Amino acid sequence: MTALPHSFAPRRGFQRRCESTIAWVFRAATYAILLSGVFVIGNICLKGLPAVTNSFRSLEQFPYVTNTFLFEAPESLYVFEQDGVKREMGDKEYRSYREAETARATAEGRPVPEFKAASYVYAAGGIWPCIVGTVLLVLGAMTIALLLGVSSAIFLSEYARDSVFVRFIRLAILNLAGVPSIVFGLFGFAMFVLFFDWNVSLMAGWFTLAFMVLPVVITASEEALKAVPKGFREGSLALGATKWQTIRKNVLPYALPGILTSSILGIARVAGETAPIMFTAAYVVRDKLPWEVSKFGDFFFQGVMALPYHIYVVSSKIPQNEYTQGVQYGTAFVFLGLVALIAGSSILLRNKLRGRYQW
Amino acid sequence: MENTSPAAAAPTRSLAMPLRATPKDDAEPVPTLIDVRNLDFYYGAKQALFDINIEIPDRRVTAFIGPSGCGKSTLLRCLNRMNDLIDGTAVKRGAIKIRDIDIYGPSVDPIELRKRVGMVFQKSNPFPKSIYENIIYGLRIQGVKSKTKLDEVVEKSLRGAALWDEVKDRLHESGLGLSGGQQQRLCIARTIAVEPEVILMDEPCSALDPIATAKVEELIHELKKQFTIIIVTHSMQQAARCSDRTAFFYMGKLIEFDATHNIFMNPKNPQTEAYVSGRFG
Repeated sequence: MTALPHSFAPRRGFQRRCESTIAWVFRAATYAILLSGVFVIGNICLKGLPAVTNSFRSLEQFPYVTNTFLFEAPESLYVFEQDGVKREMGDKEYRSYREAETARATAEGRPVPEFKAASYVYAAGGIWPCIVGTVLLVLGAMTIALLLGVSSAIFLSEYARDSVFVRFIRLAILNLAGVPSIVFGLFGFAMFVLFFDWNVSLMAGWFTLAFMVLPVVITASEEALKAVPKGFREGSLALGATKWQTIRKNVLPYALPGILTSSILGIARVAGETAPIMFTAAYVVRDKLPWEVSKFGDFFFQGVMALPYHIYVVSSKIPQNEYTQGVQYGTAFVFLGLVALIAGSSILLRNKLRGRYQW
Repeated sequence: MENTSPAAAAPTRSLAMPLRATPKDDAEPVPTLIDVRNLDFYYGAKQALFDINIEIPDRRVTAFIGPSGCGKSTLLRCLNRMNDLIDGTAVKRGAIKIRDIDIYGPSVDPIELRKRVGMVFQKSNPFPKSIYENIIYGLRIQGVKSKTKLDEVVEKSLRGAALWDEVKDRLHESGLGLSGGQQQRLCIARTIAVEPEVILMDEPCSALDPIATAKVEELIHELKKQFTIIIVTHSMQQAARCSDRTAFFYMGKLIEFDATHNIFMNPKNPQTEAYVSGRFG
């Protein structure tokens, strides 16, 4: 063994190599996750983006431009050859085209041309009803989940005294978080669709989704409430405030950023889950938009199309061909964008609140 | 309330100043405001206070001293029923009367009680709102809306707490931007804004440096003209400097209660003497 130059000189050996190897293992794991994330998102963006960018159409009147993929309902695609040119048309366009051709041929005294077109379901048009449906489902379900969840969190953290019963409630809530979403779907189907006789409807979907995210909302809201210093409560009570005044003015506002953080996670789940809505709220296809109802009450009791369910339908329930891929990836891309948008706005709101209340 | 700042008016007092309490403070009898009789208090199964009897004089400063866990804070928190917030606490025997009303009686609303008996905490707890909003918090919850009234109370309370000159230009900035001593005086201002009769102070200076402590003590001296003050303190010097009466607690019992001068100069009980002379505690 060679003598070390001085007592602080590095010693080489197994332990040293171990140190650097371990650090690299952790680093590699992180990079691998990053890589797969980039791959998944990149793949969807790359393949889905054209579906959106290729669908811009100019309009005669305001707003002069539209995007058929984003703002139209799904249609069948008709592919046919006419005068040696291969043409692709959506359902409505194809029908008017056929009428026009027939009329023209009759006027010119020619025989009516024969139309032989191959049709591909869902391959034309867009996903507007699905976007609308998903946004409605998210808004309604999160409203219900936050109202119920925050109320229950306030009860558990501010009012309930520590007892066996309260501990049992907490345990039950935690267990609820582990229930698979398909089970929630079946529960919603049995409870809301059949027992309450709400049919496949927004209401049934809202409550099913709300129950699914409740455990997350309750647990996180409770944590957020607990994080508010005890001094704020005592200080307020010592000034003669009642319990509810204290909570409303001096606890809840400071817990709100934390509650919103949890609801952001909830939003992603509510928007993304397919299983709970497939029995309770989602239609494969619906030609009317949700606000096209005869009376206001019907609004809550109608089924809607939804993005995740639409992805499921176009990926596994229809014949696959070269035209379906664009729709699948396009829908997934829009879906990611929509979730990012909703979550992003909640993050902005949260940061704004956080800036206002800091201690 | 005087409208001049006590901090500016009073001569600067050093921490090394001699004991201020002199027998003449109690030359004439002072009416009793709070009368505690035979009080037994429990945290669950554990008894925290044993047969406490104490008569707290009106518009005087009463100090509670004693080693940690002796029950002085517990008694203080009994006086505005803050102990109600802790599970399993109970007054098992005896009574606390403020102006002859039993505050644990069935007809007493603790919310109303706490409006009359304010509290300043060990750890200053300004709310994460503006200085202005901190002061008017108590009035807001009572439903006071008039802007002139609120402005008036803010100025009066801040002057009362000797804080006005330091913060008058930044009333709408966060109360958390103040220094530790200013925060504690803000809490005092917030308490006097609801015009209580009694101010309970639970070790108000334990987190403050000597200069901030001196300011709070000066403030206490000013406040006793208008309020009855009870201060729990670990610092015997503080009790000697700013109180008129001192109660010494040990193991949940009231050992001795007398004029501050007597407690420090001429204690009757050997335990008190041992404590104030620094032989234990």
